[in-house]
Amino acid sequence: MHHPTLPKTPTGIAGLDQITGGGLPKGRPSLICGEAGSGKTLMSIEFLVRGATAFNEPGVFMAFEEKASELTMNVASLGFDLDKLQAEKKIRLDYVHIDRSEIEETGEYNLEGLFIRLGYAIDSIKAKRVVLDTLENLFSGLTNQTILRAELRRLFQWLKDRGVTAIITGEKGDGNSLTRQGLEEYVSDCVILLDHRVINQISTRRLRIIKYRGSVHGTNEYPFLIDEEGISVLPITSLKLEKEVSSERISSGIPAMDAMLGGQGFFRGSSVLVSGTAGTGKTSIAAYFANETCKRKERCIYFAFEESPKQIIRNMQSINVNLQTHINKGLLQFYASRPTLHGLEMHLVSIYNVIKKFKPGVVILDPITNLITVGSVSEVKAMLIRLIDFLQEEQVTVMFTALSLNNIVNEQTDEGVSSLVDAWILVRDIENNGERNRGMYIMKSRGMKHSNQVREFIITDKGLDLVEVYLGPDGVLTGSAREAHKLQEETGVVLRDFAVSSKDRELIRKRKVLEAKISNLQMEFESAEEELNKMYQQEELVKQVTQKNRDEITQRRRDQQFDEKGGKK
Amino acid sequence: MTEQPIVPEFNEDETYRLRLFVTGASPNSTRAILNLKEICEQYLKDNYEMEIIDIHQQPLIAQEEQIIALPLLIKKGPGAERRLIGDMSNREKVLKGLGIS
Repeated sequence: MHHPTLPKTPTGIAGLDQITGGGLPKGRPSLICGEAGSGKTLMSIEFLVRGATAFNEPGVFMAFEEKASELTMNVASLGFDLDKLQAEKKIRLDYVHIDRSEIEETGEYNLEGLFIRLGYAIDSIKAKRVVLDTLENLFSGLTNQTILRAELRRLFQWLKDRGVTAIITGEKGDGNSLTRQGLEEYVSDCVILLDHRVINQISTRRLRIIKYRGSVHGTNEYPFLIDEEGISVLPITSLKLEKEVSSERISSGIPAMDAMLGGQGFFRGSSVLVSGTAGTGKTSIAAYFANETCKRKERCIYFAFEESPKQIIRNMQSINVNLQTHINKGLLQFYASRPTLHGLEMHLVSIYNVIKKFKPGVVILDPITNLITVGSVSEVKAMLIRLIDFLQEEQVTVMFTALSLNNIVNEQTDEGVSSLVDAWILVRDIENNGERNRGMYIMKSRGMKHSNQVREFIITDKGLDLVEVYLGPDGVLTGSAREAHKLQEETGVVLRDFAVSSKDRELIRKRKVLEAKISNLQMEFESAEEELNKMYQQEELVKQVTQKNRDEITQRRRDQQFDEKGGKK
Repeated sequence: MTEQPIVPEFNEDETYRLRLFVTGASPNSTRAILNLKEICEQYLKDNYEMEIIDIHQQPLIAQEEQIIALPLLIKKGPGAERRLIGDMSNREKVLKGLGIS
């Protein structure tokens, strides 16, 4: 199963070894070609310097173009001290001067002098690496093409026999040829093309591996950057989506926003987009997030593309966020640059480098919209895909801010990044009643419960807060309208309370009056009843007495009658 | 050859200082030495100093003298320094290079 793989020599150039799967073919010559100023010399010299310093492989640099002193000066700006390395016998510079006007060709010759020089240089420091910088200059110094070509072929074979890993640089020719003298015919193992393009007045350096015999390699064009630390090539988008994910949550710094995000905030290593129209507080949200991160003693990098760090620090003080203290503690770093400083790829590479160095937990890009000035939407999107990929791999949480250009919420724009991000927070202007308020809602938040409510986003000198919007009969109300409505409601309650209590009292009063009336009537009734009773009794008495009297009278009458009757008898 | 040696136009006191760099006994080197000696004997008799250096023996000189192509003849004087490469078989060019013809 295991085939012997091609042995490789690491270049030590950031990113290049990743693309080439380990470096240049060991013990063989490779060709670096490109136009003038595309970075060929720099790349090859970095190959030597890294070899000498990092891999203990001394190297010989044979310059056909620049004098040793010029070269030393040129690369000093990259932090390479060639004088010191030469003194330590780690690098040997040899400047080859060739001037046709000084030379008369009088017959058969060969380049044995070059071989001897090179051989001597290699032996003197036991070099493992060799660079021949613009070998093609030989063609301008010597006229006999037949001899030159034969000698070049011999040279490459000789380099292979010596077992040194070599870089030959060549200037790009016209048309399709990679080099003016067709050096690619001789160097067949590895050919790298450097390119320096200017689009919209912004230059981008790119690198492409044209061929690499016996090895898999990336075929894309990779942007690269030359900065004060040398060359960095940007390893491309990882094609696989096999990243580690974390279920750890980190706070956004705004408790109310965390509450909207299932109560805990964002996932670590996720990407968050905050978009909104101008002046909706995107930077404030970002600064809050940065502040919160630093409070947790995590590191944070803030890439500012619009405002200078000092400006942001000053402005954020007005909302009670003191970023300066975090900077002093070394937890926060600002990187401010105008997007037009260099191309998108360059931005990406520099962001990449800074992140690699500082190892932050959170990265903020404010705003990504400005990047559009240096690239098309698709380019920006491609760049952000790469960035998100990279950050996810590093488990870095990233917050982008983006400016929506029109007020009609254009959900699908925002540099097309919205589909890539894990969480998207939208801040909107809500304009009515002659004032502008901010409304905030969460467009999406992958993998967590999140609120679907629009909240009013308030910026005060104490900080940021979210308030539930007032849902009145006339719809959603914000700002002073919300306050007014609240007040109105409160007034209503007081008035109603008042009204209710006065009605109550009246009722009680009425009841009392009625009760009084009832008792009066009762008494009247009682006295009337008594009167009636009295009369009734009187009548009864009278009746009794009369009866009695009548009885008596009747009795008396009977007695009288009896007497009369008896007498006659 | 019947032609007469050309009388040099320059000051007789100035001797030709020539350094010929070769690589061992390679065919080119051998030819160059022979050709040059012949030319010198013919045109600069008793008026030249010739040094033959084998670069293989002294590789450091190669760097000092900016040597790439071999054989190489450097005319140190009189006049400006001139460099001639090749096996010196093109006599016309050699003479031109040395400033003789």
